[in-house]
Amino acid sequence: MSKELIRLKNVSVAFEDAVILDNLNIYFNDKEFLTLLGPSGCGKTTTLRIIGGFLTPTSGDVLFDGVRINDVPPHKRQVNTVFQKYALFPHLNVFENVAFGLRIPKTDENGKKVKIPEKEITERVMEMLEVVNLKGFEKRSITSLSGGQQQRVAIARALVNRPKVLLLDEPLGALDMRLRKDMQNELKRIQQAMEITFIYVTHDQEEALAMSDTVVVMDGGKIQQIGTPEDIYNEPKNAFVADFIGESNILDGIMHEDYVVEFFNRKFKCLDKGFAPMEPVDVVIRPEDIDIVAPEKGQLRGTVTSVTFKGVHYDTIVDFKGYKWLIQTTDYHAEGSVIGIILNPDDIHIMKKSEYSGMFGDYSSYSEEYDEIGDASVELDEEESEDEE
Amino acid sequence: MKNKLSGLAVPYVIWMAIFVVAPIIMMVVYAFSTSNGNFTFGNFADMGLYASVFGRSFKLAIIATIICLLIGYPVSYMMAKEGPRFQKVAMVIIMLPMWMNFLLRTYSWMSILENNGLLNQFFASIGLFDLINNIGMRMAANPELYVPIDHFNMIGTQGAVVLGMVYNYLPFMILPIYSVIVKLDNSLLEAARDLGANNMRVFRKVILPLSLPGVLSGVTMVFVPSVSTFAISRLLGGGTQMMLGDLIEQQFLGGAYDPYLGAAISLVMMVIVVVCMAVMNHFGEGEEQAVML
Ligand SMILES: Nc1ncnc2c1ncn2[C@@H]1O[C@H](COP(=O)(O)OP(=O)(O)OP(=O)(O)O)[C@@H](O)[C@H]1O
Ligand SMILES: [Mg+2]
Repeated sequence: MSKELIRLKNVSVAFEDAVILDNLNIYFNDKEFLTLLGPSGCGKTTTLRIIGGFLTPTSGDVLFDGVRINDVPPHKRQVNTVFQKYALFPHLNVFENVAFGLRIPKTDENGKKVKIPEKEITERVMEMLEVVNLKGFEKRSITSLSGGQQQRVAIARALVNRPKVLLLDEPLGALDMRLRKDMQNELKRIQQAMEITFIYVTHDQEEALAMSDTVVVMDGGKIQQIGTPEDIYNEPKNAFVADFIGESNILDGIMHEDYVVEFFNRKFKCLDKGFAPMEPVDVVIRPEDIDIVAPEKGQLRGTVTSVTFKGVHYDTIVDFKGYKWLIQTTDYHAEGSVIGIILNPDDIHIMKKSEYSGMFGDYSSYSEEYDEIGDASVELDEEESEDEE
Repeated sequence: MKNKLSGLAVPYVIWMAIFVVAPIIMMVVYAFSTSNGNFTFGNFADMGLYASVFGRSFKLAIIATIICLLIGYPVSYMMAKEGPRFQKVAMVIIMLPMWMNFLLRTYSWMSILENNGLLNQFFASIGLFDLINNIGMRMAANPELYVPIDHFNMIGTQGAVVLGMVYNYLPFMILPIYSVIVKLDNSLLEAARDLGANNMRVFRKVILPLSLPGVLSGVTMVFVPSVSTFAISRLLGGGTQMMLGDLIEQQFLGGAYDPYLGAAISLVMMVIVVVCMAVMNHFGEGEEQAVML
């Protein structure tokens, strides 16, 4: 682990003045499972195309093992791709699709062309078809397969070549929940067993968190945050990341001093430091971190405005004087009931203000009775603004 | 499953019956009739006399089709790979001759290829014949016997007929191939490259097999009119290169008036062409389905 394999250095891409990728800097470690995560159109496929060699960056460098490979054509890169739209060969059957890469003669160290013997090709293809659960499909034509089956052929076709790096562009998009979960485990297992670097693209944050060693969150052609799944979830860098990864209540706050933040006209203890005195900040509170208590015991008191059963928990929207929060709890609190909440210091996470401030983390639209926000921040109940320390 | 004909299809069906089915039936009836209207196989027996015409027709049509393919495929490929501006210009250049009357086009080739036509005049003006005669005289064992030339024999040769076919039917090869290649999904080519295929291999393993349906319809569209042409062989073949089309025309309109034999020849030609096409389409079937998708 942790030997650097690929690096994108100040990579930018523009199509006719529209900037698609804006000064990207990422490195990919050997044998790592790295996920590019972001909403549709944020530049994930474009990033993969640069690594695959299908697109030359407008500026910046692509390094492989420290060597600049901007001008190396795709067929000479030790990289294989599972394309977003599969791109299977319609004139070949399943077996021949998977065998396509194996049938291409490779040049060995002495510059001699070597062909893989037919017997080995058959073995490797069949082995791979078994891995992706398509045994018995080898003679089928591509057109006769379902979307999910086609997707698995595409995975097999890329993996069978045992590349150093595998690029996967939303490879599980067409699968149902069950198969998706199975294939997630299967891909993770293959990645570890074959010791291949996976660069995985998805816009499904759950998938990203579950599978990756490293997650790169992108939006608008820029990297918003790079980190382990835990880092990304627990320490989001800005409101975009906080909102995109899981659910978040995001509030305006003011950092009074290290470890003390004010919001709702009341000071709370937190674990963050290093901000300027009285710096305005974004405060993130995850819905599952909030403890519901009896109204009189709570630091804040609010009214439940809607409850949705989600299987494991209830999505409960609580109105705190006009601010609506999402709270996830396993206990049922009926609509209209008054509850109190307690926020522990490690439930509160502070982020610097960013261009995304004020755009996310408000659950007002969750409820039918939309309240005017604004007056609530001024008027506060006596006991709520009382400091507990 | 039986589909009921919708009302809109009725005029089309009547049209087909009158202009397609009826002539074929008449042709079949004639082919098996004597001039008194009796049934006979004799017309087919008489055809043996014209085996050489059959042979020549198919030979020249096949050569013309192959040349069209050799020229047409690269041109279509280049057109499809270039930008839309180039495609438009190339399309106009290819279509331009087709806006001129077919006979006119062929006549103009006549005046180019004639013994004292434009091409020979051009060769003479650059001194090509003098050069050849000089060399020939020197090389000849007996210079007295050397006959100097003052033109190339172009008109009236099989080459001229093939040239006429290629010139007239090349667009029918280019257009279907072009339209298949231009619609090829670029991501397939990227996938092949991604798997390690160089440009040559991408072409052989992906582009070529996927463009086969276009090639098949191009071949059909060039071969069928070539094998049955009569004007081209008459005008550029100078009467010495008689082809099936000429033979049939003679039976109906010319001195050798015998519409029963003419019908029999037409029928045989049609059957051969249909069989050829069926065999070819059979080979191309897999790819055809693939491209439908
Ligand atoms: N060839 C191109 N010309 C112009 N714009 C392009 C081109 N290719 C991509 N774009 C634009 O670049 C942006 C990023 O595209 P990209 O395909 O990388 O998005 P993505 O993150 O993969 O999205 P998705 O999740 O929907 O696949 C989009 O706004 C897209 O319209
Ligand atoms: Mg994409």
